[in-house]
Amino acid sequence: MENFQYILPEIFISISIMLFLLVGVFKKNSASLIYNLSNISLVILLALIINLSSLDTIYLFNDSYLIDNLSNYMKIILVGSGIFVMLTGSKYIQVINLNKIEYPILILSSILGMMIMISSNDLIVFYMGLELQSLALYVLASFNRDNLLSTESGLKYFVLSALSSGLLLYGCSLTYGFSESTNFDQILINSTEFNYGTTFGIVFILVGLAFKISAVPFHMWAPDVYQGSPTSVTLFFAILPKIAALSVFIKFLYTPFANMNDQWQTIIVFISIASMIFGAVAAIGQKNLKRLIAYSSISHMGYALAGLATVSNQGIQSSITYISIYLVMNLAFFSCLFMLKRNDKYYENIEDLSGLSKKHPILSFSLLIVLFSLAGIPPLAGFFAKFYVFLAVIEQSMYFLAIVGLLATVVAAFYYLRIIKIIYFDPEKEEYETSHNLGLKITLAISTIFILAYFIYPSGITEIVSKITMI
Amino acid sequence: MFLIKNSVDFQFVENREWLSGFINYKVGIDGISILFIILTTFITPICIISVNASITNRLKDFLIAILIMETFMIGVFCSLDLVVFYLFFEAGLIPMFLIIGIWGGERRVYSAFKFFLYTLLGSVLMLVAIISIYWITGTTDVEKLYELGIQAEYQNLLWLAFFSSFAVKTPMWPVHTWLPDAHVEAPTVGSVLLAAILLKMAGYGFIRFSLGLFPIASENFTMLVYVLSLIAIIYTSLVALMQEDMKKLIAYSSVAHMGFVTLGIFTMTQQGIEGSIFQMISHGLVSAALFLSVGVVYERHHTRLINKYGGLVSIMPRYAIVFMVFTLGALGLPGTTGFIGEFLILMGAFEKNILVAMIASLGVILGAAYMLWLFKRVVFGEMNKQELKSMKDLKTFEIITLSALVIPILFFGFYPEPLMNSIEASVENTLNMYNFDLINNLASKD
Repeated sequence: MENFQYILPEIFISISIMLFLLVGVFKKNSASLIYNLSNISLVILLALIINLSSLDTIYLFNDSYLIDNLSNYMKIILVGSGIFVMLTGSKYIQVINLNKIEYPILILSSILGMMIMISSNDLIVFYMGLELQSLALYVLASFNRDNLLSTESGLKYFVLSALSSGLLLYGCSLTYGFSESTNFDQILINSTEFNYGTTFGIVFILVGLAFKISAVPFHMWAPDVYQGSPTSVTLFFAILPKIAALSVFIKFLYTPFANMNDQWQTIIVFISIASMIFGAVAAIGQKNLKRLIAYSSISHMGYALAGLATVSNQGIQSSITYISIYLVMNLAFFSCLFMLKRNDKYYENIEDLSGLSKKHPILSFSLLIVLFSLAGIPPLAGFFAKFYVFLAVIEQSMYFLAIVGLLATVVAAFYYLRIIKIIYFDPEKEEYETSHNLGLKITLAISTIFILAYFIYPSGITEIVSKITMI
Repeated sequence: MFLIKNSVDFQFVENREWLSGFINYKVGIDGISILFIILTTFITPICIISVNASITNRLKDFLIAILIMETFMIGVFCSLDLVVFYLFFEAGLIPMFLIIGIWGGERRVYSAFKFFLYTLLGSVLMLVAIISIYWITGTTDVEKLYELGIQAEYQNLLWLAFFSSFAVKTPMWPVHTWLPDAHVEAPTVGSVLLAAILLKMAGYGFIRFSLGLFPIASENFTMLVYVLSLIAIIYTSLVALMQEDMKKLIAYSSVAHMGFVTLGIFTMTQQGIEGSIFQMISHGLVSAALFLSVGVVYERHHTRLINKYGGLVSIMPRYAIVFMVFTLGALGLPGTTGFIGEFLILMGAFEKNILVAMIASLGVILGAAYMLWLFKRVVFGEMNKQELKSMKDLKTFEIITLSALVIPILFFGFYPEPLMNSIEASVENTLNMYNFDLINNLASKD
């Protein structure tokens, strides 16, 4: 029984989900109530996780569940960004008539799945978490069921994701077959000698994970799903599954497969370079902001993976820092997107931003900051994210990766600049509504200030992250 | 002002822990950087005074952009850590991009993008180099790096990476093409900032980092810099001769003047480097003044084409006088700051390589040719264009700004002593370190 106190957060969120389901079934018109309750339960969840984070590494349930610095940090940023995702989207789902009881419950179950993924120390537990989050995401993607694009994106995500899960499962079974265990630590002990079976296992598992993180060449679903899903779900897609998948990436590469880094390092370097270049080039021609941010997230995942390719603690920490800053930038960007509302209609094309700066100076300034930060221009937070990654990459003398990555930032700068050009240089259009709900304003203010003022005290995140060591 | 003269150390040093203990926020000034900081703080108020004529919309935003720009520029000139330097160096792109893009002319979008992407592309390699330096030596603190030195085998590549960034920013031939575009499309004040301050970052960087950190590589690549500088001087002077647009002409003349600067720096002589610094300050004042002068007639007549003007001396006598001083300053007439800079640079060059110096001297003649021809076509000649007759002479604020520039150009032209005193010790120190490193390297090879 004493194990249960350590998984109190997971227990709490599971009970909340079931409770909210019951409330939703028996109480009519309770959608808004459940939405708010879910948000509160996320705050409590965050407090519970922070409460646990002072403890040392703890193995639970026959070593199949692990709570350590990595999982605690990842869960904190996961749940933290979950709260902000809920805050920013609350008005949006009311306006486009998505305020149903299932919506917050699906988000909570997805978060639960991600938490299990992050803490898993066993192939089976990991797969359970993965499926829980994926199933919730399939439904969320097609949540706006009267919309053709949304339905299409849900189906597309389901088919491709099921395929990748299949590959991943095949990889898991190969790994199990050749290392005689499903436990990560046990796999590490048993896989000291090189054999093709485990190598194939690694490749298949990496393919499945790369799909979840939308890295090239397994990115095809991302633009369509990002564009088709309701914007609040897109925001969810852009942040939370990425955190979970990156965490699992770190865990797989540095626990069960730590001895095989000769095998996987080349794969990660290739995926990373391909994502950086493809994301930068393909975004140039986009007209839809959500589609553009999909390509942008592909290239950002390339940078996060570059840190993992280094096989060093410095690299892992830089990746984690990268994803932390990336999520703040995405929150800020989508908050701006939620503000482009006129007569109960949300606008999401780049052209709709034309001349925004004349009537909406503060919103435009926030977008300016976010876009320059996404482009990695100093002194904004995005620069530091890239700086840490390249610091780690160059430490390992991987100059090719560093130079290609930095040249890709120049290409990427072009399309971010294009949006800034449209906001600031082009003739103005109609005004947008200026009254927004408080959650949205607070999220935008906090995230923009974070990005803008990051350079004053840049060691904040680094110090926390520096506790996470895998090697 | 309170700087201790003849001291080679950095003063007013501020050193704070910044990036989780391994990179410090370190700023400080010496005799060289103080001049550039004073130049920056001198030009910015002039820009702000001249703003009300050229900027009609969104004045508030424009002033914010200028002041942010000033902050970053001062940061560049006083940072004593490579990462901090890079931070300020790159951050300057943001306000300048907006200044060109929002308040610029017809092709402003193209120019702003070209400016941004060119300079960004140049700079990213410098970032790789800076991080490499960190892993090679364990620090990015400039003062510590001066002491430690960087192993000879790394220097060439690192030097090239820094060079790619500085060459774009200087700008050197053949990566100078962003400059004419940016100048032509930027508003008057933007051009002034660009010419007077932004272009100086790279020259400053050459002295402080290329020479200071990579002496052996600098020696190896001297010939490359000579050739590029000479091409810049001769080729862009010829191009400037053929320009129809006043701003473009001055922009090309800037490239030629910066060619002198890079030439002077890489002569590695006391005169050459002092001349380069002097030339940069002089160019900062003169080009700012020239762009402001173009702005004066542009606001009245709304064209920058040279052949639309002529005979302005009869209706705008005051303008003719100040414009003449600036023209003479640009072509390097004795008695103006331009002369001292070019003279010292050529002296330094003669000491090292007579052929290079002779070709560079040709540039002085060409410079005189295009500047005087510009002056003749705009100010002298028959006053036979009807639409010009209504043009008014200088307004009060224009007199203030332009005379604020005339005075230092003439004063330091006759009496360069204060500037020279300021830089002498620091330049000497840089050169001593440079020669010391070279000798050490030769000794280690034997």
